[in-house]
Parts: sequence; C-alpha cells; structure tokens
Amino acid sequence: MQWEPVIGLEVHLQLATQSKIFSGSPTTFGAEPNTQASAVDLAMPGMLPVLNEQAVSFAVQFGLGIGAEIGKRSIFDRKNYFYPDLPKGYQISQFEAPIVGKGSFEILMEDGSSRKIGITRAHLEEDAGKSLHEDFHGQSGIDLNRAGTPLLEIVSEPEIRNAAEAVAYLKALHSLVTYLGISDGNMAEGSMRCDVNISLRRVGTEELGTRAEIKNVNSFRFVEKAIRHEIERQADILDDGGRVVQETRLYDADRDETRPMRSKEVANDYRYFPEPDLLPVVIDDAYIEAIRSQLPELPADKRLRFTEQYGLNKYDANVLSDSRALADYFEAVVADCGDAKIAANWVQVELLGQLNRDERSIEQCPVSAADLGALISRILDKSISGKIAKQVFEAMWQGEGSADDIIAAKGLQQVSDSGALEVIVDEVLGANAAQVQQYLDADEAKRKKLVGFFVGQVMKLSKGQANPQMVNELLAKKLV
Amino acid sequence: MYTKSVAQLIEGLRGREFSSAELTRGYLDRIAALDSQYNSFISVDENAAMAAATAADERLASGDAAALTGIPIAHKDIFCTDGMRTSCGSRMLDNFVPPYDATVIQRFKTAGAVMLGKTNMDEFAMGSSNESSFYGPAYNPWDTKLVPGGSSGGSAAAVAGLLAPAATGTDTGGSIRQPAAFCGITGLKPTYGRVSRLGMVAFASSLDQAGPMAHSAEDCALLLNAMAGHDPLDSTSSNTATEDYCATLNNSLEGLRIGLPAEYFGEGLDSTTGECISGALRELEAQGATLVNVSLPHSALTIPTYYIIAPAEASTNLSRFDGVRYGYRCDDPVDLHDLYTRTRGQGFGDEVKRRILVGTYALSAGYYDAYYKKAQQVRRLIKQDFMDCFEQVDIIAGPTTPGPAFAVGAKTNDPVSMYLEDVYTLAVNLAGLPGMSVPAGFVDNKPVGLQLIGRHFDESRLLNVAHRFQQATDWHLRTPDAIARGVA
Repeated sequence: MQWEPVIGLEVHLQLATQSKIFSGSPTTFGAEPNTQASAVDLAMPGMLPVLNEQAVSFAVQFGLGIGAEIGKRSIFDRKNYFYPDLPKGYQISQFEAPIVGKGSFEILMEDGSSRKIGITRAHLEEDAGKSLHEDFHGQSGIDLNRAGTPLLEIVSEPEIRNAAEAVAYLKALHSLVTYLGISDGNMAEGSMRCDVNISLRRVGTEELGTRAEIKNVNSFRFVEKAIRHEIERQADILDDGGRVVQETRLYDADRDETRPMRSKEVANDYRYFPEPDLLPVVIDDAYIEAIRSQLPELPADKRLRFTEQYGLNKYDANVLSDSRALADYFEAVVADCGDAKIAANWVQVELLGQLNRDERSIEQCPVSAADLGALISRILDKSISGKIAKQVFEAMWQGEGSADDIIAAKGLQQVSDSGALEVIVDEVLGANAAQVQQYLDADEAKRKKLVGFFVGQVMKLSKGQANPQMVNELLAKKLV
Repeated sequence: MYTKSVAQLIEGLRGREFSSAELTRGYLDRIAALDSQYNSFISVDENAAMAAATAADERLASGDAAALTGIPIAHKDIFCTDGMRTSCGSRMLDNFVPPYDATVIQRFKTAGAVMLGKTNMDEFAMGSSNESSFYGPAYNPWDTKLVPGGSSGGSAAAVAGLLAPAATGTDTGGSIRQPAAFCGITGLKPTYGRVSRLGMVAFASSLDQAGPMAHSAEDCALLLNAMAGHDPLDSTSSNTATEDYCATLNNSLEGLRIGLPAEYFGEGLDSTTGECISGALRELEAQGATLVNVSLPHSALTIPTYYIIAPAEASTNLSRFDGVRYGYRCDDPVDLHDLYTRTRGQGFGDEVKRRILVGTYALSAGYYDAYYKKAQQVRRLIKQDFMDCFEQVDIIAGPTTPGPAFAVGAKTNDPVSMYLEDVYTLAVNLAGLPGMSVPAGFVDNKPVGLQLIGRHFDESRLLNVAHRFQQATDWHLRTPDAIARGVA
C-alpha cells in the first residue's frame, strides 16, 4: 500500500529580546538556576504582566517577512494547566486572535528546487521554566530562569510531505528569522524547538488520516530521523489494517524511536480565556509601515538579486545567501575584488571549507572579507596564480598577515620577468636534451604532451611562481 | 481624638495638638484593648507603626510633611506589605511575607501615612460577611452579634470601632460599599483602573479595585488623592489624569440630575432601608438636585453574570497557590498530585473552593461558550444600561444593600442568599464604574448605606455629592453608644 505523509510543524521560536515578555528579567542563556526570575516570573501574589513592546515588534517583523496579515487587535489568553515549572498555573499565550495570520515562505531543496509552504498563524506566548529531575535524590528541582522568555509559536500548514522537506522548512525558517534578527535560532540552546504533526493517507486521496504529534524535536537531524521513523511506524500499523491513535509522542534520540507520552501529561482541558491582566494589543497601519520600512532584505529577495546582479547560478546564490552574515561577507569580497564569480568560488570552496573543518561560523572567521578581497585581487592582477593563492590563504587563516604581506614575506610573487623566465626555461631545456630531441621528432599530438612536461619542470623549478602563459610563449619560441 | 476625621487629624498634627507618635500609640492601645471584640485586625506590628510615626513626627517638625504624614491607616490584608505577613484571610498565605509593597502601600508611604496593621477579610476577598476568613469572622461594632459585611469587613469594623481613622479596602462586587453600609462608614470603589492593582492579591482581575474607607467623603477624597494614578506596572491601570478630589467637594448640587433605577427600589428591598434612602434623596433634592426615574433593564442578569465571570477569573488567579514556591504546603507529599491536592484542599476554605469549582466548570471545553462567553456578552449589555442612563442623569442613587447587617452565622449555610446581598453593588464592578456608600440612617440601630454611582472617572462628582450630603446630615458622625462612652 502506498501512503502519503501529511506533515505540519509547530516551531517555538525564542525571540531575541533583552528582557522577558512580561517582566524586566534578563533572558540570557545559561545563568545559575533561578537568578533570572523576578517576582513576576515567580508568580508572587499580586504580580502583574507588562507586555514587552520589543516582542510585539519582532512578531510583526516575522509577519511581514512571510507576507502575512498582521492582527490589528490581537488578544492574550490564559492557557490553564498545573505543572511545577509553570508558576502561575497558566501560560499567557494567544488563542483566538493571534498577532500573525496566514502567510508563507519559500523553502529550498537540496537539488536547488524550491516551493512555498503556507503558515497558518504565529502567536506570542511565554515560555515555562524547567523541571530538573537529576541530582535531587528523588525530588525535582525547578529553574525558572526560562519562565517568561518570549516565544513566537509558528504553525505551518500541513503541506510538508517528507522528512527532507521538513528539514528544508526548518532551515529556511532559521534563515528567515536570523536575517530578521528576531532570534538567534540556536537549536542547541532551545531557541528553536519543533513539534511535528504527522499523519498518513492513501496516495491520491484528500482526506486526512489520524495524526500523532511528536514533541520537542530539537535538531535538524533529529527532525529528519523522527519523521522517517514515525512514517514507518504509522505505515506498518496501516499496512496491517490497524488504526493510528491520536496521541502525543516523544522522540528518543538515543534509541531513534518515538514513544507515547504518559497520558496524564496530555489529557488537558486548557480552559483558554482572555487574559484580564493585559489589554488587547492594538496595532495600527503606521506602526506596521514603520516596521516594514526597517525590514532587511530577506533570503528570497537576496537569492534573486544575487543571480541577477552577479550572474550567479541558482545553487551558488542559495549557498551564499544562506545566512545574512555569509551574504554580507560575500558582497564585501565582491566589492573589494570586483569579480563576483571568482569571489563566489573562493567563498564557497576555500572559505566555507575551512570554516567547516574548524567548526566555525562565518561570524568567527579569522580572515576578513577585505583581506580575502585583496587576495583575489592579486590573482586577478596576475601577481600570483590560483594555486599559490591557496597557499597564501592558508597562511592568512593561520593569522600570518594580509595577502600582500605573505606574498612579499614568502617571495610568492609570480615571475613575469621574461629575462628571468628565459634563464629557467633554458635550464630546463638544457637538462632535458633527450626530451627536446623527442619533441623535435614528434607529431602534433605528442608535442602537446611534451610541452606539458616542460611547463611542469619550469613551474617546479620556479616553485610555482612562473607565469604559465609566458612560459608557454617562451617554450614555443625556443623549441624550433 | 478618636472621633476626629482624617482632615481634622491632619490639622491637629500640623498644629502640634498631638504628635503622630501619640496618635499612633493611642490607636495601637485601642486595638490591643478592644479588637478582641471585633477581630478586625489580622496582623499588627506595633514597633513598625511606632517607628513610622516617629519618622513622621520628624518630617512634621522639619516642615517637610506630605499630604498624610503621620496619619495612621489600616490596610486590608490583601495588599502585599514588604516584610509583613500578607495572608489574604487564608491559611494558604498564613506564612507568606512578601518582599515587596503593593503600589497602594507604596503610595501611602510616599504620602506619609503610618500603617497600623492589616485588617481581617473574607478569604481571598470572597464573601459578603467576613465569615470566610481563616482568622475567624470580624464583628460589627454596632452590634457584635452582626456581621460587618465583607469582604473588607475588618477595615469597616476597624473604622467604625474607632480603631483606625481610615482604612483601605478592595471591591470586586461590593466589598468596600457593602461593609461600609453595614458599619455606618463611607466607602468608595473607584473606577476600574483608577488605582493600581499591582501587589494586591488578585480575586477577579477585571473587577478588582482598591479604594478608601473612612468616616466621611472628605476623608475618602484625601485617601483617594494618595491612592489614585497610573501605574506602568499594571497594564489595566488608566492614564486618565487624576484630580485633586478635595477641590470640588463643596460644589453646589444645584441642577444635579440623580437617576433612580426602578430595579433598585423594587421587590427585595427592606422597607425601612428604603425609607432611609428616600429620606436621603429628599435631602439631596432640597439642595437643588433633580430626581429622575431611570431603568437598568438587565439588572436581573447581574448576579448570574457576576457569578460566572468572577469565579472564572478567580479559578485561574488562584492556580498559583500550589505549594511549590511560597505559602502553605501540605506535610510530606508523596508525589506531585498529592502535593497539589492536599495543599489546595487544606489551604483553601469552602467558599474559595466553591468558586474555584464553579469557575473551572464555566471555563471548561464545551461550556465556555454557554457560560463565560455569554456572561461577557451580558456584561456589555449591563454596562450599556448604565451608559444609557448617564445620557439622562449625572449620577445614579439607590440603596447599597437590600437590608442592614445580618446576624453572624445567619447565611453561612446558604451561599445563594449570601450572594443576593450584593444585588445592588455587583453591576457597578461589571461596568467598571465608580460607586460609593454613604451613611444614610438606621434600621433598628443598624446603619443603612446610600449608594451613589458615577460615570467612569467621575469620582470627584460622587465625593462632591456625598460631602454636601454629609454637610447637612450627621449619620456619618454617629458612633455606637458603647464606643462613644469609651472615648468620651
């Protein structure tokens, strides 16, 4: 039986505000437990929430970034449930009137193709604290540092069809929110947490099957594995004529499987109702336009511009616009050297290669865009060959100085002085009299091969610094 | 000294007739000697009060006095007080000492007032008789067999018993006005949003409002001057400008249009109480006001609407009392469920549990639309009734309660008859309007309150009408005989 997966993602995105969504406590990651929890975060009696305007601005930026309708009068609601890391006994969230309505954005597949995925809604809410079950000898510890951290919950339409698309969706979302600067998107620190809704239906049918929700899948890789596993699990059930149970499941990365959460944790009636401690958030057109005018260029626009302005192919444009920092770096290199194609090649191959090897991000790159631009300029003005340039780049990476410093210090300047080259060429020809004779006796095809041999010898003797074009000319002149 | 108004005490302090230390000591001594009869205070910190009084005397001596410098005031035990237990009348918070002041407390400190102590109240402000307090009922100084009303019963009893010249209260459905009426004092519930709710333990967030309770309208105006104003930490507090509420107290009532809602004078109103109200209205008429018959057609829906919305909000406001971070925690919980159920089962009293259950039910999936949502729709109709009336009249007047104070224990087993006590006061909270109760006579030596209801943020007008009424009457100056003999 052929089954088609129907997948929707809910992403909880931590917004990069300085302080919490309803209190003045800082949101810095990794502080000592409970050092970033104020009376409001602790839900002390009589404490009241005050909305952080920055969180609203970030949500509106996201909404505009996906072409969504912005809720002109969005309302906060209480979502009621008891849990020790939820101090008020309710989470302030948005239910009926979210701040961001329907929108969409483009995702890019590995093969360079792209498609649009719809967004159902995005709403603001506060995060809960953390329950710590280890190190407390049968008791639980509670850390409320995270309680009240602003989240934007982004709900996709069920338009994703496989694990690869889900990963592409998350990557595109990550790219979008980091372009906007509304989140650091750091999955390892929980800045982007993903719940997956997944069901199967017979290929060719429209009706949706029963779905399972997989909670808290927190890396691109785990999303991929969890979805693959869950598709298999549901397909097995359906193939055997069974029925999928609607339930919430947890992905266990260690065992690479999903399993049901205890039913006690999911059987909740959240008793949503409008939060009486907060007024509706009223957003007018002037506010929206002010934010729109400040929006940076977004990934899709940048990709398009890279192909048009720099003549890049789609693949290169995609790679280079992956993050705003990388795109900015690339454009700075182009500005310095003036050749987009060579710049694109160098940034993608040498720079990203080195960054990968060193496990560094573009922000941690030891070679500045200006320095790389200068290095490429030396290739373009034929001061050095591409091969030598890689050697120079290596030295730049090690912090040995600028391209020009290194070329000078190591004497890597390309030799284009015809007198000096003639000496080397003569030496090579003199030392290889037999080959010279072979050349003179050979036909055109064989001659070509032998010229290659002579050039190689010259380059070897010149430590790669000889200008290859001039060497060829000299050889042609002398081998008669 | 103890029958003086706040206004007179301010004069006395500034004229060096007595010091704040003497005044405060005197009130503390009265509390120590007499409060066993009224049970109006939950906590009194004599040392802190005397230290504040001494500091106030220094400010007075240096000519650096603020509006209420040196004036002793009692605070309802719903306002968080830095370093002093704030119980909210509940076992749940019997051990709770906040590390912060409510904005109201902070504002009284800024105004120079001296806190005498924290007054008794119905548990979490849920009640109309002060009988749901974990600390036992407070008793009415006019007759200690009677309830003082609630939920601000301790504040009303303390002022009526001359244990404090003035007090703060909170009013979610009548909790300032009803006890003021029962104890023969003057109480004002300001417009929703006029006074900050920060640091006030929440009962029903969209209805709760703090206000002054004192002998006279003038004293209420002095207290409101200190309390009112925008608080950036309470998103529902209004930034409508405040006024000097004393400035217009003496304005003439000539031309004032007073609306009398038919629904407030019909069946259910005790006839003698009704006669007191009529008498008061005649006095206002004599001062130039016009009485206009009006109607609040949705009045019959007030009680059911209120008893959906208030418990719904309360049910979630009280979720934070879970035994995890502060407050009461049951002994030796075996697991989380046990911690929650026994902590809340033991920490809350019956009335609180009843309202949590009702509120939880009203918000439940499948019932929300029929109850909470419908109640919010009716609430808008109730508010619109008032708006329509205020097209024709400047204020609305009627009885504060259907009858005078009832006996302790008379209604404890009949919650619905207790809820009916608030039939005239609840709508004011649902509509967010300011309301006052002003002493207007007696039924069998039990005080009767005249309720005045104003437009949003028209506290000045209410205080003006009440003050002019009190210039011509002495109901607010009466003191229970036994107490009068004691201070004579």
